[in-house]
Amino acid sequence: MAAEVVERTPVARPSAGRHTVALFASELHLVFGRARTWVLLAVLAAVPILIGVAIKLSGSSGDAEGFLGQVAGNGFFLVVASLALSLPFFLPTAVTVISGESLAGEASLGTLRNLITAPAGRSRLLAAKMVALALFCLAATMTIWVSGLIVGIVLFPVGDVVLLSGTTVSLADGLFRALGIALLIATSLLGLAGIGLFVSSLTSTPLAAMAATFCAFIVFGILGAIPQIHVIHPWLLMYGWTSFADLLRDPPYWHEIGRNLLMQGAYLAVFYAAAWARLTSRDVNG
Amino acid sequence: MTTEPTSAHPAKPADPAAVEHGETQPAAKAPAIGAGETQPAAKAPAIGAGETQSAAKAPAIAAGGWSGSGAPIVTAGLTKRFRSGQVAVDAIDLEVPAGSIFGFLGPNGSGKTTTIRMLLGLIAPTSGSVELLGEPMPKAQLSVLPRVGALVEGPAFYPFWTGQANLLRFDAADRTADPRTRKARAGHALERVGLSNAAGKKVRNYSLGMRQRLAIAVALMQPRDLLVLDEPTNGLDPQGTREVRSLIRELANDGTTIFTSTHLLAEVEQLCTHAAVMSRGRLLRQSTMTELRSELRPRLVVRTPDLQQAERTLTGLGVTDVKRTDEFVDGDPGELPIDKLAAALVAADVRIHGFGIERPSLEDAFVALTGEGFDVAE
Repeated sequence: MAAEVVERTPVARPSAGRHTVALFASELHLVFGRARTWVLLAVLAAVPILIGVAIKLSGSSGDAEGFLGQVAGNGFFLVVASLALSLPFFLPTAVTVISGESLAGEASLGTLRNLITAPAGRSRLLAAKMVALALFCLAATMTIWVSGLIVGIVLFPVGDVVLLSGTTVSLADGLFRALGIALLIATSLLGLAGIGLFVSSLTSTPLAAMAATFCAFIVFGILGAIPQIHVIHPWLLMYGWTSFADLLRDPPYWHEIGRNLLMQGAYLAVFYAAAWARLTSRDVNG
Repeated sequence: MTTEPTSAHPAKPADPAAVEHGETQPAAKAPAIGAGETQPAAKAPAIGAGETQSAAKAPAIAAGGWSGSGAPIVTAGLTKRFRSGQVAVDAIDLEVPAGSIFGFLGPNGSGKTTTIRMLLGLIAPTSGSVELLGEPMPKAQLSVLPRVGALVEGPAFYPFWTGQANLLRFDAADRTADPRTRKARAGHALERVGLSNAAGKKVRNYSLGMRQRLAIAVALMQPRDLLVLDEPTNGLDPQGTREVRSLIRELANDGTTIFTSTHLLAEVEQLCTHAAVMSRGRLLRQSTMTELRSELRPRLVVRTPDLQQAERTLTGLGVTDVKRTDEFVDGDPGELPIDKLAAALVAADVRIHGFGIERPSLEDAFVALTGEGFDVAE
């Protein structure tokens, strides 16, 4: 058999097999090998420093409510407060930049045609882009988690954690819950990442994709702020974003958390499918 | 549309069409379905006589697929109409013979790149079909394209990465490429295009010529059955152009079929065994270079003030296709003896200021075909 093959085929490629993961690894290299990504992560890492230093300099907890008010007493809360304060703006911005770049960036460089003729397979390429995006979301929240913990320990006393429900748990338990919060927030960003991926599949201009994705995010925010249309509020992208705080109860309230995860899953499914439909039928002219 | 066979649906043995065109490697068509490492050419005998629809539809495949003897590129009625209504490619029937260096010639904007994009599955044809290495595109792209090296419309790279990193990225996108040999193959490809010294340099700092070479290196990362090169010498200096041409000859000698588009006649004349001419989306002509050259018949040119008399005389002597301008008369003398023609003109009192045979250049032939000039800057 082998001899016959060699005889009949001008191209001998004995190792031809499946190396499916290589593209995924390469995609991670592309996202995390860029200076831009590290600048974004550095900005996120600076959030706890900013908050920590501000509270330290003010010398007291002041009248601040919620997590911020507890930071001076227990550095642990800097982790949670930083995550909570990054969620409305910094994290969505970072996700918008990376997701807007994903396909539109390849199209604008022209590398999309190299990938398709490689052939990467359009579906697999999209999957690789999404996986890299999801890992970026996780990297973003974990950056804040790590930075918050370090700054919290350096600037403030750290000890047992009093939960929202009044129960006291060990610092380790608290940090584990904060890890869960980082994970939940990363998951909360997936809906937006899906929107960004879809918008990115529509254009060859990364900046336009980023702007459009951010606009979509703002529109969701505005809709959420209009009380007259409260009936649609539960279906908006960010409705369940604050549900992460329910992890700091004993026992945690899972209902809102679960609902938010379902919502993010639904948004992701819809926009991923749209991106797939677009990419697999797109004429690659760039 | 891009009906990319997805990995979610492995070819079902019950469905012959899926086995035929599914995302399984070409090898899986072979008698040894499941022996994934067999080579593409081994696919033939399994497709039983008439037992599958697809075999009936695609005789080329039923006859054994591409095994080095069929035409690596066949298009039928290939058409692309853009949304604007403009017909970029108009019902072209291309057939690129195996082992040829096929020059795809045409002025800028004649539809060459659009055709190449359709060949490679980058854009969907409005109508018509493409067969690459015996398999339908874009349906079979995942099994066909690993055997095709491509350079489409100029080099495109990640400027913030080194040349080598770019090669590794595009190679990683091809799942048939062995990761263990990736670096070695990249090194070899860079060496072949003369970029070894710039391998670690960021592409941002490459000149256009270096990018062009790097793009060719991408196509050389694997042994290929077919290379589709869109303007491969674009942006290269004369030395680089010569190197690329000799590289193309070398690859052709190894048995790779080369399909190269160009707007440079000199390139076709020096390099190609076959040529096709595109103009305004239509395929005007395709044939071997030998045939094209043989059609360039020498013409007799007579410079004289007695134009009408000369025209009459030549026509009377049997010269065909006689044309008269303000300064000369020319025509196709065929097999008529030239000296007799001169004597006859003199005898007819035609004052001869100039008399001679002119061989038309390939350019004249193409200009005659396309009705427009070529960029012959080189």
